[in-house]
Amino acid sequence: MAGLATRLRITPFGLICLVGLVASLYLSLIWAPRERVMGDVQRIMYFHVASAWIAEFAFVLVGVSSVIYLWLRERRWDIVAYSAAEVGFVFCCFVMITGPIWGKPVWGTWWTWDPRLTFSMILWLIYVAYLMLRVYGDDLPQVKTFLAVLGILGTIDIPFIHFATMWWRGLHPDSLVMTEEGLGAGMEVDMRIALAVSAVVFTLLFFYLMQRRMALERLRDEAEDLRERVEHRHPGSVGV
Amino acid sequence: MDQNFWYLFSAYTLIWVGLFLYLFTIAGREKKLAEEIAELKAAVEELESKEEGRA
Repeated sequence: MAGLATRLRITPFGLICLVGLVASLYLSLIWAPRERVMGDVQRIMYFHVASAWIAEFAFVLVGVSSVIYLWLRERRWDIVAYSAAEVGFVFCCFVMITGPIWGKPVWGTWWTWDPRLTFSMILWLIYVAYLMLRVYGDDLPQVKTFLAVLGILGTIDIPFIHFATMWWRGLHPDSLVMTEEGLGAGMEVDMRIALAVSAVVFTLLFFYLMQRRMALERLRDEAEDLRERVEHRHPGSVGV
Repeated sequence: MDQNFWYLFSAYTLIWVGLFLYLFTIAGREKKLAEEIAELKAAVEELESKEEGRA
């Protein structure tokens, strides 16, 4: 375990997240009661909903930091946007994978063009394009402006996902977390606790991954700066 | 065994595998960049000392 932590360069904060994840796994799979209608497969909800919360939070952060970047043109906001987009995309992938796995035994199908699922797919595709442009696009101000606009466009899609079950009829159930009766009123108390712990742990994990991802971007800037210094003194010595 | 168990098992396994794969890619990129920075720093120092020698 210690060897793995060293290999993955996990910090003490990362270890806290890992312990939290194990505790959350215990609460979700063993401690929380079995749902009467769906059975054990409903336990997917604890990680599926927590992942969805983090993906939405991350993409809102991309939108906000992209607006600030367009306004101030400071590299640090571009770093926040890029890091949040990548980490949010990982959690969005978790949502897109666990959703169909939950849907198959409950709805009898892996996928349906339900409004919430369709808007989630659109969001996922927006961020596939965003990250592809980050990786393959040139490091030009115009590209960064386009990326910021794309990031904001992704954020605009989020209310459509969030309120889709209220605005349109579909197969996806209404939110069990945010109900008119209060937070988590549609669930048993133990289920609410397990979900709350998952959400808190995933939030901590998000900040941990953001910290790592932003540090990586700063390392990339440092390398770029050094490359320019070498190139300036000895043109042609550093490969593009 | 309940067939639904496999859906549950797959969902949780994929999340854990995905998470660790992502951590491995971050650690790999960090290591590669740290090595590159060390090489570039050495190159900058070498070029600077050559320039000083010429001056």
